[in-house]
Amino acid sequence: MRKCSLNAIDALFAAIANTAELYLPVDEQDGRASFKKWENGTKWSEALNTVRSPKDFFFPQTEDLVEFKTEGKKIEIIDTRKEAEDFVVFGVRACDVRSFDVLDKVFLSEPCDSYYANRREHGIIVSVACTRPTETCFCKTFGIDPASPAGDITAWKTADSLYLEANTEKGAKLLAALEAVTEECGNEAVEEQKASIEKIMNKLPLAGLTTEAFGEGKTDKYFDAPEWKTLSESCLGCGTCTFVCPTCQCYDIKDFNTGNGVIRFRCWDSCMYSEFTKMSAGQPRLSQVERFRQRFMHKLVYFPERYGMFSCVGCGRCLAKCPISMNIAKVMKTIGGKKDE
Amino acid sequence: MQKIKRDALVEKALSLLSDGTVNRVLGWKAGEFDYDITPAVFRDAESLKNDFVFSDFCGANFSKYLISETRKDEGKVLVFLKPCDTYSFNQLLTEHRFDREKVYAVGIPCEGMADISKVKAICGDGISNIECTDDKLIVTTIYEDKPYEIAAESVLAERCVTCKSKKHVAYDELIGEDGDVVESARFDEVAKLENMTADERFAFWQEQLSRCIRCNACRDVCPACTCEKCVFNNPKSGVENKAIADSFEEKMFHIIRAFHVAGRCTDCGECSRVCPQDIPLHLLNRKFIKDINELYGEYQAGAEVGSRAPLVNYTKDDCEPSEAVERRNGKDA
Repeated sequence: MRKCSLNAIDALFAAIANTAELYLPVDEQDGRASFKKWENGTKWSEALNTVRSPKDFFFPQTEDLVEFKTEGKKIEIIDTRKEAEDFVVFGVRACDVRSFDVLDKVFLSEPCDSYYANRREHGIIVSVACTRPTETCFCKTFGIDPASPAGDITAWKTADSLYLEANTEKGAKLLAALEAVTEECGNEAVEEQKASIEKIMNKLPLAGLTTEAFGEGKTDKYFDAPEWKTLSESCLGCGTCTFVCPTCQCYDIKDFNTGNGVIRFRCWDSCMYSEFTKMSAGQPRLSQVERFRQRFMHKLVYFPERYGMFSCVGCGRCLAKCPISMNIAKVMKTIGGKKDE
Repeated sequence: MQKIKRDALVEKALSLLSDGTVNRVLGWKAGEFDYDITPAVFRDAESLKNDFVFSDFCGANFSKYLISETRKDEGKVLVFLKPCDTYSFNQLLTEHRFDREKVYAVGIPCEGMADISKVKAICGDGISNIECTDDKLIVTTIYEDKPYEIAAESVLAERCVTCKSKKHVAYDELIGEDGDVVESARFDEVAKLENMTADERFAFWQEQLSRCIRCNACRDVCPACTCEKCVFNNPKSGVENKAIADSFEEKMFHIIRAFHVAGRCTDCGECSRVCPQDIPLHLLNRKFIKDINELYGEYQAGAEVGSRAPLVNYTKDDCEPSEAVERRNGKDA
C-alpha cells in the first residue's frame, strides 16, 4: 500500500495526468458534482457522488456508429470509430465500479460491442471508499462493500492522506508511475476506516433491504402482481431514473440525414418512454404499468436469470432524483414482501 | 410549517369516502424517508389512515393527474389542491382536458414547501428523520447525536419564496381560510437576465441547458404539456430526439417547449422542481409571462376558467409586432 499526503494531492493528480487524461468529480453550483477533466488547479469534490454516473465514459449518451455518403449512385461507408486514448477515471464509488461489471456483461458478451470494448480497454478506474454514505445508499443490499471498492486501484481518503492499493495489472502500472509522489506505508489507517464504515452502513435506513425475494425464476411469481398498478400509478413516464442510473444500458439506433448521406448514431433510450422498442407492429408495452414493471423486473429478475447478477448497484440516484419519489427500494419492499402462493 | 394538519385532511377524505361523494382520493403517500413522498390514489379508509401524509415535502401538483384519473370509469375522485395547484386546475379546464363533474376538489392552505436540497446543504448526508413543526424542521442524521433545528423559512423552495398567490381560484370546498394574491418579486430574476447583454444571456443559458440530460421530466410533469403525443416523441415529426446530439438540440427542446406553453403556463414551478440537474427552467416561462404582461396587460393563466389568453385572442388594442422589435432594439442600443 502507498500513500500521498492530501497537501500534495495536486502533485498526485498532475502525475496521473502526465500518464493519461484524468477525470474526477468536481463541484458545480448548488452542491452538484460531475466528472470533469482535471487541469491544474481543479479541486476534487467532497460530494458523495455525481448526479450523472460514470457510465458516460464507456457508454456515452450519444455516439456515431457509422457514416454513409452518397454521390450519384455511389455509396461510401465510413467507419467513424477512433481508437480511444488511455484515460483515468478517479474517485469512482463502489456502487459505480460494480456498474461497470453489469455493463460488461451486456456489451462484452458475444457479439462484443467494439465501441464499448475499446473505451473499457483504455480506461483505468481509481475507486475511492465511502466514508459518509447517505440515506439513499443501499449498495450493501447487492453485496457491495463501500469500504473496499473494486477497480484498478482502490483509494481511501483519511483526514490527512490518500491511501492507494493496486488491484489489477493496469492499476499496478499506474501506481508504479506515481512512485515519486507517493510513499510506501502500512494499512492501519485503512483498516480503521473500514471498521468505521461498516458501523455506519448498519445505521443506514435501508440497511435491512434484501434481494432474497428476487433473482432468477421469479418471473411467474411477480409478473402479474396487482401491486405494479398501484406502484406505477403516479409514474410520469419520464426518463430520469434510467438516465441517472449507472447500469441502465438500453439504447436506440437512429439515422440522421445529412443531405448527402446518413450518420447512423446510437443514443440512450428509456423503457419508460412510449416509443421504446417500437416496431412496425407498435410498442410491445402499451401502458405505463408495463413499462414500469419492465424496468424493475429487468434489474431484479431477468438480468440475474441471464447473467447471474442483479443489475442494480444501490447507488441511490433514482431515489434522490425521481420527480415523484417512486423507486426500486419501494418496489422491492412492496413486491418482495408478497407471500408465496 | 403547514398550518393545516395531516389528520384534518384524512378526516375530510374519510368522510367524503364514507358518504359516497367520492370513491377514491388523490393524496400524498409516505415514503422510505420523511421527504420522499409519492402522489398516490387511496381507495380505502385503511390505506388513508396508514399511509396518507401531509408535510412540508408535499410539493407535487396533482392537477395534471386529473386527466388520467377522470378517464377511469370509476366515479368521482377527491383531489387536494394547494393555492398554486388551483391555477393549473383552471387552466386544464379552460383547455377542456378533464371532466369537472368527475372531480371533488378540496382547497387546502399552503405555507410554502421545503426544498430537500436546501435542507441537505445545511445538515449534510445521512438524514434519518425530519419532523416538521410550525416554524422549524427538526432534522436528525446518522452522523450527529444532536438534531439540526432549521428555520422552515430558510429552506423554502425557490418557487415558494416568490409565491404568487395564497388564494384558491377553484374548489368545491375549502379547508381553512383562503388567502390573497401575493405581491411577489417573482419577476426580479427575469429582470436580471434582461439586463444582461445578449452574449451574457446566451452564455447563461448555454451553461444551464448544457446540463440537460433530456429525461423529459420537465415536460412530463408540466400541467400545460398535455398533448396526447408530444412532437418530440413522434418519429414522424422529423424532430423526435431521444438524446441530445448537440447543443442546438437541447436548446431547441426547451425553447420550443417554452413557446408552446406561453400564455398557458401558470408559473407553478413544477419544471424546475423536478429537474435532476437543477436547471431554472421556470425562468424561461416566466420571461414569457412578464412579456405578455408588459405587451398586452396583466394576465394570469388559470385565474379563471374560460379566459382568453392574449396570445390566442384579438383585440383592437393589441400591440403591433413592431413594438416588440422596437423594445428589443431599444434595450440593445
